[in-house]
Amino acid sequence: MNYVFYLTATIAVVSTTMVIFHRNAVHALLYLVTSLLSVAVIFYQFGAPLAAALEVIIYAGAIMVLIIFVIMMLNQGDSTVTQEQAWLQPTTWIGPALLSALLLIQLILLVSSGQISSTQTFHYIGPKQVGIALFSHYVLAVELASMLLLAGLVGAFHLARRRKIDTGDSGNAI
Amino acid sequence: MPFETAPGLEAGVLLASILFCLGLAGLMMRRNVIFMLMSVEVCTNAAALMFVVAGAHWGNADGQVMFIFVVTLAAAEVAIALALVLQFYHRKHTVDIDQLSELRG
Repeated sequence: MNYVFYLTATIAVVSTTMVIFHRNAVHALLYLVTSLLSVAVIFYQFGAPLAAALEVIIYAGAIMVLIIFVIMMLNQGDSTVTQEQAWLQPTTWIGPALLSALLLIQLILLVSSGQISSTQTFHYIGPKQVGIALFSHYVLAVELASMLLLAGLVGAFHLARRRKIDTGDSGNAI
Repeated sequence: MPFETAPGLEAGVLLASILFCLGLAGLMMRRNVIFMLMSVEVCTNAAALMFVVAGAHWGNADGQVMFIFVVTLAAAEVAIALALVLQFYHRKHTVDIDQLSELRG
């Protein structure tokens, strides 16, 4: 049943490539959702159903809704497509693309020359085991994550609030 | 209980590497802040995929625990980053990251 993995991985790679090259923000976001859903399918194939469910609910659901909400609030219209077309010239992206391709080649060589045994014995890890590990061994990290989320909430509320004086010429209002 | 239909560890690691490099390339080549944010999400997702694949290989629940923490981190990060994008747009009326150059670094 390996071809299901390779098909899903191909979908993930192609849709992620569309994300970084697409000019319309909403279309790129739809491709990003497709990429996240295919990664969720891969999680399920690796025997991690809780991770797959969380990927769909939190990543493809909540975070993407947050980003699309901000795109709607900015409300930039059709002029952004031509603007992106002007920004995304080949002279701009050929350097970073080459550097990233070099890094990818290094990683592939490192993985393929390493001592990774492909024994094909993956273990099914259900939500029960994850919950037990999360609330026994990692309970301090759970508390720290709650404090991180609270700090994120307060910070987002403070930063996104619109000021009365919002001219932007003097930098002491923030 | 071994999971029968799973692909190899190398395939998972290679997929995570490819996705991370794609996100990194997008982060470097885009100028729109929202696209840069999406690329950061791709990178975070690739790291989370790596955690889950390694956890599945060694039969350990820690990989999925780390996945939950990565998702929590990504949620907090994207909330702060989107608030910063809104503030940036209200000040400069653009989403070009090159406009933030007052520091002259």
